[in-house]
Amino acid sequence: MIKAILIFNNHGKPRLSKFYEHYSEDTEQQIIRETFHLVSKRDENVCNFLEGGMLIGGSENELIYRHYATLYFVFCVDSSESELGILDLIQVFVETLDKCFENVCELDLIFHVDKVHNILAEMVMGGMVLETNMNEIITQVDAQNKMEKSEAGIAGAPARAVSAVKNMNLPEMPRNINIGDISIKVPNLPSFK
Amino acid sequence: MALKIVKGSIDRMFDKNLQDLVRGIRNHKEDEAKYISTCIDEIKQELKQDNIAVKANAVCKLTYLQMLGYDVSWAAFNIVEVMSSSKFTYKRIGYLAASQCFHESTDVIMLTTNQIRKDLSSPNQYDTGVALTGLSCFVTPDLARDLANDIMTLMSHTKPYIRKKAVLIMYKVFLKYPESLRPAFPRLKEKLEDPDPGVQSAAVNVICELARRNPKNYLSLAPLFFKLMTSSTNNWVLIKIIKLFGALTPLEPRLGKKLIEPLTNLIHSTSAMSLLYECVNTVIAVLISLSSGMPNHSASIQLCVQKLRILIEDSDQNLKYLGLLAMSKILKTHPKSVQSHKDLILQCLDDKDESIRLRALDLLYGMVSKKNLMEIVKKLMLHVDKAEGTTYRDELLTKIIDICSQSNYQYITNFEWYISILVELTRLEGTRHGHLIASQMLDVAIRVKAIRAFAVAQMATLLDNAHLLTGNTQRNGICEVLYAAAWICGEFSEHLEDPLSTLEAMLRPKVATLPGHIQAVYVQNAAKLFATVLRGQEGAPADRTVAQETSQLLIDRLPLFVQSANLEVQERASCILQLVKYIQKLQQKDVEVAEEVTALFAGELNPVAPKAQKKVPVPEGLDLDAWINEPPSESESEDEGRKPKGKAVFAKEESKHTKPRYTEVDEKELAKRREVRKAEQANNPFYIKASPSSQKVYQDGVGVEHIPVVQIDLSVPLKVPDQYVKLEEERRQKDKADKKKKDKKKRREKGEKGRRRKGDSGPESEEDITPAHMVDITTEEMPENALPSDDDEKDPNDPHKALDIDLDKPLADSEKKLPVRTHRPDEVLRSPVDDGEGVEVVPELKKKSGKEKKDKKKDKDRKKSKEEKKKKKHKHEEGENLMGAGSEVPVQSEDSNEVAAPPPATTTNEASDLDFWLSNAPVPSNPQEAAKVSEAPSASTPEAVSGMAVVPPDSEPEEAKDTEPEDTKSSKHKKKKQKKEKEEKEKKKKKKHHHHHHHSDGAGDESVQNGNVEEEEPLPPMSNYALLAENSYIKMMCDIQGNLQDGSQVVVSVIFENKCDSFIKAMEFNVLDSLNSKLQRPEGAGPHDGLTVPFQLPPGISNEARFVFSVQSIVMPQKLKGTLTFIVKTDDSSTHEKLDFKLHFTCTSYLITTPCYSDAYAKLLESGDLKGSSLKLEGVSQPFHHLLARICFHHHFSVVERIGSCASMYSRSIQGHHVCLLVKTADQTVSIDAKCDEPGLLGNVLDEIKLTFSQC
Repeated sequence: MIKAILIFNNHGKPRLSKFYEHYSEDTEQQIIRETFHLVSKRDENVCNFLEGGMLIGGSENELIYRHYATLYFVFCVDSSESELGILDLIQVFVETLDKCFENVCELDLIFHVDKVHNILAEMVMGGMVLETNMNEIITQVDAQNKMEKSEAGIAGAPARAVSAVKNMNLPEMPRNINIGDISIKVPNLPSFK
Repeated sequence: MALKIVKGSIDRMFDKNLQDLVRGIRNHKEDEAKYISTCIDEIKQELKQDNIAVKANAVCKLTYLQMLGYDVSWAAFNIVEVMSSSKFTYKRIGYLAASQCFHESTDVIMLTTNQIRKDLSSPNQYDTGVALTGLSCFVTPDLARDLANDIMTLMSHTKPYIRKKAVLIMYKVFLKYPESLRPAFPRLKEKLEDPDPGVQSAAVNVICELARRNPKNYLSLAPLFFKLMTSSTNNWVLIKIIKLFGALTPLEPRLGKKLIEPLTNLIHSTSAMSLLYECVNTVIAVLISLSSGMPNHSASIQLCVQKLRILIEDSDQNLKYLGLLAMSKILKTHPKSVQSHKDLILQCLDDKDESIRLRALDLLYGMVSKKNLMEIVKKLMLHVDKAEGTTYRDELLTKIIDICSQSNYQYITNFEWYISILVELTRLEGTRHGHLIASQMLDVAIRVKAIRAFAVAQMATLLDNAHLLTGNTQRNGICEVLYAAAWICGEFSEHLEDPLSTLEAMLRPKVATLPGHIQAVYVQNAAKLFATVLRGQEGAPADRTVAQETSQLLIDRLPLFVQSANLEVQERASCILQLVKYIQKLQQKDVEVAEEVTALFAGELNPVAPKAQKKVPVPEGLDLDAWINEPPSESESEDEGRKPKGKAVFAKEESKHTKPRYTEVDEKELAKRREVRKAEQANNPFYIKASPSSQKVYQDGVGVEHIPVVQIDLSVPLKVPDQYVKLEEERRQKDKADKKKKDKKKRREKGEKGRRRKGDSGPESEEDITPAHMVDITTEEMPENALPSDDDEKDPNDPHKALDIDLDKPLADSEKKLPVRTHRPDEVLRSPVDDGEGVEVVPELKKKSGKEKKDKKKDKDRKKSKEEKKKKKHKHEEGENLMGAGSEVPVQSEDSNEVAAPPPATTTNEASDLDFWLSNAPVPSNPQEAAKVSEAPSASTPEAVSGMAVVPPDSEPEEAKDTEPEDTKSSKHKKKKQKKEKEEKEKKKKKKHHHHHHHSDGAGDESVQNGNVEEEEPLPPMSNYALLAENSYIKMMCDIQGNLQDGSQVVVSVIFENKCDSFIKAMEFNVLDSLNSKLQRPEGAGPHDGLTVPFQLPPGISNEARFVFSVQSIVMPQKLKGTLTFIVKTDDSSTHEKLDFKLHFTCTSYLITTPCYSDAYAKLLESGDLKGSSLKLEGVSQPFHHLLARICFHHHFSVVERIGSCASMYSRSIQGHHVCLLVKTADQTVSIDAKCDEPGLLGNVLDEIKLTFSQC
């Protein structure tokens, strides 16, 4: 079982947190901090496994992580998962993100955490690995995005016109007033091949 | 209104969306908290709006804030609202938010049941998918119970995407609702062979997760998994299966034997490191489970160790780490194989990666020998000096101590060296392990008598340098060492060279800064030292004055301790102070006191091992479980008489624990006890049916020949897995105990001589190295015949404990279906318990074993005859059943013998199947069997195989005969019961069904509550499922619902129920399309082709399928003619059958329950677009809220507002027609005024409402 999936940056700012067991918001933040503390002090070129922090079950659980440019991807798993398998899974996850966001960078994760969640949901469900085939994951994600787009379009099914008007479903307006949010330097993730 | 819309849309444009929120937070780095709190206020405003898009946007932002640590549980209700949006976009946002912040104590979660059910059955696969994903995160016991059936249906969905999610979520459902495991398991097992690899992988995943916690229940799946392992190419699946086998092998050594070969092949062939690693791991587990020292396995061990060496030598740190990890597992059983790689492991100690160094340290434990211990420790000491982090340094410290102290200091040849290492370690600052060093010092000084002089000298130095230790204040854990130092110096003060100076050192003022418990030891031992000093000084008469000076020293210094805040210190100090004062008085009178003072501390303190008391063995002849006074009703002679005569060695252990007592208790008493127990079980929601083996029913007074003893004998060899493991364990334990005893003796003998001769006790071959001193722990500290330590118990709170359910037992009738949702949960819970009272259904077994037949073709013939026998037996039973029905006075066995009762034929059958599969590669797990193997010339001939199978074939008929009479009698009784129960159950089922559907459209219910209607009385049960058609084979119930997603679609859910005893398959559902309504067929199918129902029906099973119809006009009700064709398959023949039906699309079925706010409702009525109509119903006697509930439920309305006996209701058709009702009641007359923008539709709906009320 996967107990939690965390993504945070080099400063420990959470970019995605998914807990498959319930913790209070405070505990969740502490776990993120603790995990960041454990992971960030490790050199590059050391192994990617370590014992979980005290809050998330201690030695029963293992942290398996990968570090890409500015981001740490950490999976907290119990003994039923294969360590190398999870490492591969992280790789698949990141590659999928890269495909879905077209050259993913930290900013994509910052502004579209919901999309990241949706992609993750096609890979891991309730703490168990659902799909490891990248093409299958992308197919499903794309199909759902398509549905979302067709729902957003006012030209959708005329039969829904009434409800559409009632629900006031206007298309997403591009409102990038200050897209120049570039003061933060965010290098792209390295290519994986 | 239009203006409002425009205004709203402009508002929306200025709403912050998620991106704006994130940007805002980034732009307000300084006052982030303040900014977020204003954002939350905005979100609260947005949530108050009616517009679902605005709400969804707000919920989306909340999900983000939740990640940042803000509690958003206050918005739970809004999240539910967004979840129930008909749009996928919003639904997904809602479910995501719910999965992030809902948990078991979220109270609104109970509102979601019906919404989730609706989404699960949505024709859009992504609605279903999103609901499943969300549910997997927040499923509660209630949700699990209510939705288990729906999810189980989805496991056979046509789309693999849904199937795999449904399969995966079942694990969560099992965890929360263990009762669902048995009914769902057969289907889960089917999914292991699903054509879609994703579904297969999910099923493997779930079963592995289940089996990991309760492996023994899944042993029977081993052949299936074995097949998968040899056929699958999906590494992910392979890894899971191989891990699972790792958990199973300890239970069944023969399985391991069978696995070795394919695993070795995989190790040789695979290129995937992850797979290789897991294979190696499982091979290790197999080797551990097989008793060590099997000569033919040394090759496998060598292979593993070799591969691991490759991993460890790899430049990839991850592989290195895992290699070391796996190595440490081998170390436990095959230390020799690992020791040959010592160089590599020592090399890893220098690795720059701390995790790797730690793993290498673990391995060091097994690397040491008498020869290299000092060298290794020296190396570790170097590391201690270099280590930067305190955690790693502390780890090193504990490892050094572990390594040195393992098995009673077995490898230490020179204790002076060890003491100096310990003293060296005290130089470490800031370590947490001061007490560890201290206890080692004490341990060595006490146990190794010869070292005491040296130890005391070292400790005296430590005390003298105490300022070094205390210099770093109290938080320095290392000062604990002084505790040991002071005690050793005091207790063994006769070895001190200069006791006076040590005494002086112990009474320095600085000591008062030490922790209290250390000071107390200081004070006490100062007194001991004082005694020693006095004795030395009084020997020489010239030193009288010196002696008095010593007393004066104490009198001067002790008051410091008398003032201590620590009570212990204070008490001891004042006692000793008074004592010394008295001594001083005597000294002044020239009285010799040394002798008497020394007498205060005379005698040696011997250590006692912590578990010594526990390990005192029970003396022979003493039975702690025996009654001291005979209980009145029990007759001892009966007990004696029933004692198993020929009890085999295997059963000994069991009987010892369970103490079966068959007592002659009168029936009344028994009945009473049974009642009590039943009540207890009924009240315990987690009571899981005991396996049938524990449900033996004995008939009393019929004859002595049916004593259960006979069965115990037979069942022992049949029930292999446990028995062998137990036997093996027993044997090992005995061996260990024996060896220990011997060792102890040896050690004692040698110890006496060795003190002089400095002999060696180590069992290793390194006799040439002679240790300086001996450690004699066990002889002195432990009682004679100490037993090996007891094993730890399982955590009672483990949720997986509830899933420890026997899955091989055939399903009882009532179990085939999951209990459907009801109002009263305990009713549902009770039903499985009721069946637990011992219904063994033999026919099911046939089916089940038939499925497994694939794997054991060779076994077929044997089994067939068995089955026939069983059939006959069954008939026989039934015959008897009718005849002997009048005279049954069954006596149920008591709890005590339930445990000991042997498993009945049904389970043994399963077990023997597994045995047979396993016996192809028999494992001689004990010497006797090994001999047997060598006797059998070739294991492949059938005779030899069956000989090896633990069931001797010729003993079988006998067994059958033996068990038969009993079985017949017991099942006679059971049969009757079963029948009755069946009837009851059917009644119950019907009721449940009603309940189920009454709730299934609870949206109506809810809205009744929205309209402030309290449920004064429970509502009568209602169902939307109407009988569609029925014949002697099959029954079809159907429910027709509009599809909100698509205005031209109607979904027909049909429940097919198999009513006959045969298998129904190849069902085809076909409808004659009309101009207006068409069955949606898959692309490429002709307009007259039928749809294949995606499942088959075993006898008694029902399942639900959904069919989508497209409709054009919804104004008129419709009737469609259709036919269901199917094949009824009996054992010997199969017939084609068909069933005609008429589908009735009422106008009601085009309506969809849609909540409406009262202001919007008022606007709608004011708009004047709607045309009116009305209806009067006479003689309606039911309460008003029932009436409303009925309209809500049957006709998909929701209550907008209710004032007294008047209510307004609303519904919407799938094509967007508004239907408004005003319902009034007075004196049994109900008048309904209705308005709708489509008069035709309205008229038909009203007619249907009228019909509903005329029927009730």
